[in-house]
Amino acid sequence: MLKKISSLPFQGTPEQEAQLKEVIAKHKDDPGAVMPVLQEAQDIYGYLPLEVQLMIAEGLDVPIDEVYGVATFYSQFALSPKGKYNISVCLGTACYVKGSGDVLNRLSSELGIDAEECTMDGKFSLTACRCIGACGLAPVMTVNDDVYGRLTADEVPSILAKYKDA
Amino acid sequence: MYRSNVLVCGGTGCTSSNSLQIAEKLKEELIKKGLEKEVNVITTGCFGLCALGPIMVVYPEGSFYSMVKVDDIPEIVEEHLNKGRIVTRLLYQETVENDTIKSLNKTAFYEKQKRVALRNCGVIDPEKIDDYIAVDGYAALGKVLTEMTPEEVIQTMLDSGLRGRGGAGFPTGLKWKFARGNDADQKYVCCNADEGDPGAFMDRSVLEGDPHVVLEAMAIAGYAIGASQGYIYVRAEYPIAVKRLQIAIDQAHEYGLLGEDIFGTGFNFDIKIRLGAGAFVCGEETALMTSIEGRRGEPRPRPPFPAVKGLYQKPTTLNNVETYANIPQIILKGADWFASMGTEKSKGTKVFALGGKINHTGLVEVPMGTTLRTIIEEIGGGIPGGKKFKAAQTGGPSGGCIPAEHLDIEIDYDNLLAIGSMMGSGGLIVMDETDCMVDIAKFFLEFTVDESCGKCTPCRIGTKRLLEMLEKITKGQGTLEMLDEMEQLCHYIKANSLCGLGQTAPNPVLSTLHFFRDEYIAHVVDKKCPAGVCKDLLEYTIIKDSCMGCSLCSRKCPVGAISVTDYIPEGKKRPAYEIDHSKCIKCGACMDTCKFKAIIKG
Repeated sequence: MLKKISSLPFQGTPEQEAQLKEVIAKHKDDPGAVMPVLQEAQDIYGYLPLEVQLMIAEGLDVPIDEVYGVATFYSQFALSPKGKYNISVCLGTACYVKGSGDVLNRLSSELGIDAEECTMDGKFSLTACRCIGACGLAPVMTVNDDVYGRLTADEVPSILAKYKDA
Repeated sequence: MYRSNVLVCGGTGCTSSNSLQIAEKLKEELIKKGLEKEVNVITTGCFGLCALGPIMVVYPEGSFYSMVKVDDIPEIVEEHLNKGRIVTRLLYQETVENDTIKSLNKTAFYEKQKRVALRNCGVIDPEKIDDYIAVDGYAALGKVLTEMTPEEVIQTMLDSGLRGRGGAGFPTGLKWKFARGNDADQKYVCCNADEGDPGAFMDRSVLEGDPHVVLEAMAIAGYAIGASQGYIYVRAEYPIAVKRLQIAIDQAHEYGLLGEDIFGTGFNFDIKIRLGAGAFVCGEETALMTSIEGRRGEPRPRPPFPAVKGLYQKPTTLNNVETYANIPQIILKGADWFASMGTEKSKGTKVFALGGKINHTGLVEVPMGTTLRTIIEEIGGGIPGGKKFKAAQTGGPSGGCIPAEHLDIEIDYDNLLAIGSMMGSGGLIVMDETDCMVDIAKFFLEFTVDESCGKCTPCRIGTKRLLEMLEKITKGQGTLEMLDEMEQLCHYIKANSLCGLGQTAPNPVLSTLHFFRDEYIAHVVDKKCPAGVCKDLLEYTIIKDSCMGCSLCSRKCPVGAISVTDYIPEGKKRPAYEIDHSKCIKCGACMDTCKFKAIIKG
């Protein structure tokens, strides 16, 4: 999985750091703690910048290369921040044969970003995901927790419009 | 006692189309009418007929409301639940016959199904352990712990002929026997719920609709092999499943059905959930265990097999969700009952996730040996829009495409392997004449290139080279020699890759090359895509004699490639238009706007 690493400066708060330390302390003695800690760290920060990975490596006393290795291996771990609205287009087989590729291309041209990127204003990010299991509604995309099914590429602008001013 | 029970589907498909709001609205309306003590609202797991979601069934009548909207609820509550008049207009129309209502089990979708693994999905409330116990839940665990020795349990599994439902079809009893035979201070039972095959969602439905069955079966496996700790490795993308599993584990603890001294027999067993993080390769057994250990989920060479050295280097048995869902019933009803279903070498039933170009998208469970034709044409209700069937894809990225001439194949593990596909976890994607098989092969290769963990060279580099060739072919830069080269490379990757992902990754290419070679030849020799999918090979043309000269297409064209000619077709008033192919970007806007079907692609 190729990952885009963000060039935006790290903007963690002391509150977030305290939360992360709590998570690390909770899992410190578990075997195989790296993944659960990374998962919870991503919930706290929204993504996993190098600064956070370093704190985890130090806290769990494992080499940073191991943490970085795990963070880059799994597609769920994001190394660049998500937009306020994260749009995720399903490219599973059922959605793909029903035209989700066209939906993704349309989103990409409407927003002016590629998949795995975030718009300059931090409003939208775009991801292509694997099957979310709603194959009955194919093709499917999600905007944060809202699910849009049985889509066509032409519906994209009106859906985006709903979030642009929100 | 309630006089009516309303079952609302709370599976992911229906939840995505607001079924939870429907359940809320129902409760609200019932309170308004003072019916909340008479009518019970239950949120269940998946009914299987996802294409018709959100789904709602009212018992005792068995009225099957489909594609329900929140706005329909007041009418259903007032008419049906208050006055007893079924709102036939909102029912699934196939269940309405003249003035009577047909039972759900008599509809084309359900009639040929045999529900074993899915028996409780859409029937019980998955968040209530009492519901599960009421349908014989945990009776099998009780029987195993109090009446059977571990060896007897393993023998029952062997006699039943149950084979792993995750893909490879290894006999479950044998797996358990190997793990039992290795002495160790600690052993583990794992559940593979990392359903990564795009297009398969049966494991998710079992976890969402019947989570206790997995816990019970894991405890049985723990008793059989001598393990006291279980792990469920479940995709983080399945939040509803994760939540219901955790509720189920907590409830089982409360009832003493997990934890220490279960049923007072001195048997201890506990289960932890581990979340996957989106890596397809983690469905491979050794990669999954490495991932539970918190590392990069890379597979390792076997032997040693997990039964000898698995999780944390201890003997481990790993089974798939659907496999577990069969086990309690095999214990209760006996190995002979299970072995009476299916074919000679594949016993029992199999759940398929029907998707793609099919009317009844959803989950179907049929006895092994059911023909593909029955599944697609009868249960699946055929292909929408009167299009022609082209191929069925089974086994996901590890499987192959089955053409129309093999529609009568009796589906089981061995028959599918014989025609170059595989059972896999049971994804079944139907494709029609508008799907390009080269494009489909390319789609799966994109997936495997993306998901290859990179540990071994044949898979990491081989799949990449394969994909590059496929890309050239879809762009019209392919040659006939390239097809042979591809085939050779496929066999090389299969023979030399470390794990199942690489060993099966070329299957989509091999099977389409075998069954749809003419489509590849059309791409490389004629530089045409017969299905009209590969954009670089398409050409849009205006049939001048059908053109009415309305100019709509030329106004819609984003690059100004359409201009008027001086040719006036016979019987028409205005001159026809034509497309300048050197300017055309093949967006298809002209074809979509033409009201006279005068524009064709090909």
